[in-house]
Amino acid sequence: MKPEGKKRIWAEYQKEIPDDHFFYVRSCIRQTFFAGSEQYFLKILRDDLGKDVFEDPRHTTCTGIGYHGDVVPFETIQAVVARHFALATEAGYRHIAISCVTSFGIYSEILETWKHFPETLERTREDLYKATGRTFEVPETISHTSDIIYKFRDQIARKAKYNLVDINTGKPLKVVEHIGCHYSKMFPKYGVGGAEFPHVLVGMVEAWGGDIIDYPERRHCCGFGFRQYLVQANRGYSLFASRKKFESMEPYRPDMIIANCPGCTMFMDRWQYTIREIDGITYGADGQGIPVLTYEEVAGLILGYNPWELGLQYHNVQSLPLLRRMGIKADPSERFLAKDGSRLPEPANLING
Amino acid sequence: MKTTSAHIVVAGGGVAGMEAAGTLAEMGYRVTMIEKDDEPGGHLLQWHALFPDRRPADEVRNYLRKHIEQRNLSIITGTTVEKIRHHGSGVLVSLSGGTEEKADAVIVATGFDLFDARRKEEYGYGIYDNVITSAELEGMFNRGRVAKADGSVPARIGLIHCVGSRDEKVNNNHCSKVCCVTAVKQAIEIRKMLPSCEVFCFYMDMRMYGPYYEELYRESQEFHNVNFIRGKVSEASVNINNRLVIKVEDTLAGRPLKMELDIMVLMVGMEMAGAGMKLAESSGMKRGINRFLETADHHYGNNLSGIKGIFYAGTCTAPMNITDTISHARAAVAETVRYLNSR
Repeated sequence: MKPEGKKRIWAEYQKEIPDDHFFYVRSCIRQTFFAGSEQYFLKILRDDLGKDVFEDPRHTTCTGIGYHGDVVPFETIQAVVARHFALATEAGYRHIAISCVTSFGIYSEILETWKHFPETLERTREDLYKATGRTFEVPETISHTSDIIYKFRDQIARKAKYNLVDINTGKPLKVVEHIGCHYSKMFPKYGVGGAEFPHVLVGMVEAWGGDIIDYPERRHCCGFGFRQYLVQANRGYSLFASRKKFESMEPYRPDMIIANCPGCTMFMDRWQYTIREIDGITYGADGQGIPVLTYEEVAGLILGYNPWELGLQYHNVQSLPLLRRMGIKADPSERFLAKDGSRLPEPANLING
Repeated sequence: MKTTSAHIVVAGGGVAGMEAAGTLAEMGYRVTMIEKDDEPGGHLLQWHALFPDRRPADEVRNYLRKHIEQRNLSIITGTTVEKIRHHGSGVLVSLSGGTEEKADAVIVATGFDLFDARRKEEYGYGIYDNVITSAELEGMFNRGRVAKADGSVPARIGLIHCVGSRDEKVNNNHCSKVCCVTAVKQAIEIRKMLPSCEVFCFYMDMRMYGPYYEELYRESQEFHNVNFIRGKVSEASVNINNRLVIKVEDTLAGRPLKMELDIMVLMVGMEMAGAGMKLAESSGMKRGINRFLETADHHYGNNLSGIKGIFYAGTCTAPMNITDTISHARAAVAETVRYLNSR
């Protein structure tokens, strides 16, 4: 492997990521599946980095799931996204920070469509005005929230309480990065590092002390694809796609997976549970599962936040072995305590227990 | 009337330039050949053996070298032609370094560049140790040893056709014409050099258009056990043993295929040379949608630029093999002489 070859590609795919003043658009599913991620994105940006991030409670779903499920037409989703732009315009923001990779892909697709077919932009303006009376400015930039954490990765590293280093051996942790397909496979120029060798998560992991694993199925889809999971009969396909990735990464004994897409993070976590339940197989070292974390969760750990506040306990694959390697002291018995001290119900058969 | 005192500049010292310059000099014209590298010969300098008969490339190199050893032919190396403009009844040729040559006509023979394989990012050229180009494989043949980056002997080699050709993603819709037969030739050479090494060619179509090409293709299968799989490689990566893993759609079997390779050879195609593009830009020469120089007529004006006193020879107009390049250069000479005699 020649690192300079990757660096050359990374240099070619650098995008403008603003320094401040973001209009934040949330994901439909992230708050459910990774309860702390969006909250800690805001906390890290606002409290640790001193940035201005604005949220409008009138912001809605982008309808991406319906769009990819063929129940929402393209004209409709353009109008919905245009409404988000109108809210940003009204609030005086020109930089959109997008929490979901599906939404990010949709925003990219719409902006490219408007660029190449300007009549679609005019029609969208008309549709939005007729439906809501709103007008909008096309934003100056769109960033996925992983782009923003990437931009500030060195600042986060300078504030680090922990690193992606095994405190027992002093060696970097071995990390698998997984990029959501809709982040840059459709429009490589919108992704940091492009589509074939994305740098967005690699840059974070390396800045925080870890080593990245480049394994044969690195680029393979996790299987989340909407037609797989929306149609229950197709879910075996989704499961098989993730399994293919696990089998390919297994020989490298990864300490963790970091992902930037809600669907990927969820499925690569949940399918490990499913595979163990069906076949009794796990893919990590010593019969353990491989924890799958969002980039905000990893950034939160680096900055020293409580893993249970970050919500790591709500993954099927628990992060206890990872926390031990990083030297993070966290009491497993406190995982399912509510704020008032009462005990929440505990999920059964968690991996890494 | 034949004007043997006329001076002709040939821009480019590859196969087309050498053939054109040598032929004009033979006919008694005063010729100046401008070559950007330190030595004339172009891409042929790197080649070990030529298709379809696998004759040593030296034989053709020696023919061309001898062809340009003439008193009325001067060669300027390490120099590019920057601009051609009309001057009186002739042309003024500006060279890098600031000098100029007055001439009665110019033959542009700026040739091609090999496609930069790094642009096909999915193949990992420049990243993975054992991904090489067809030109680099030719270098291994020249050194008499085909080996992996760590020096070990490969057990399986894959040759990937159409890298940078017939590919909208890299803005090259054209076929480079010579890569299919080059792959067949190189596959046979590998099999002869390393009889225990498996060789696979991954192709879209086998375009064996030239004389004896089809025979070579048959020979590769009948006598050398070269395997041909119709399908493009979608991506390459490496496994924990640093062995290449490729994904291919086998379109004849109708199923995806995953295979480990020790060396992956990218059959890089031809693109209009960068120096030729700059010259075209500065001198008002038109280029086609494939970015090669556009000739005045595809059928009967294939050496004509449409600009008085400027003629085209060889692969600056389109991909072609050495045989066709030499024929095209001779035709450019004929057009140039006709022009000079008609002035």
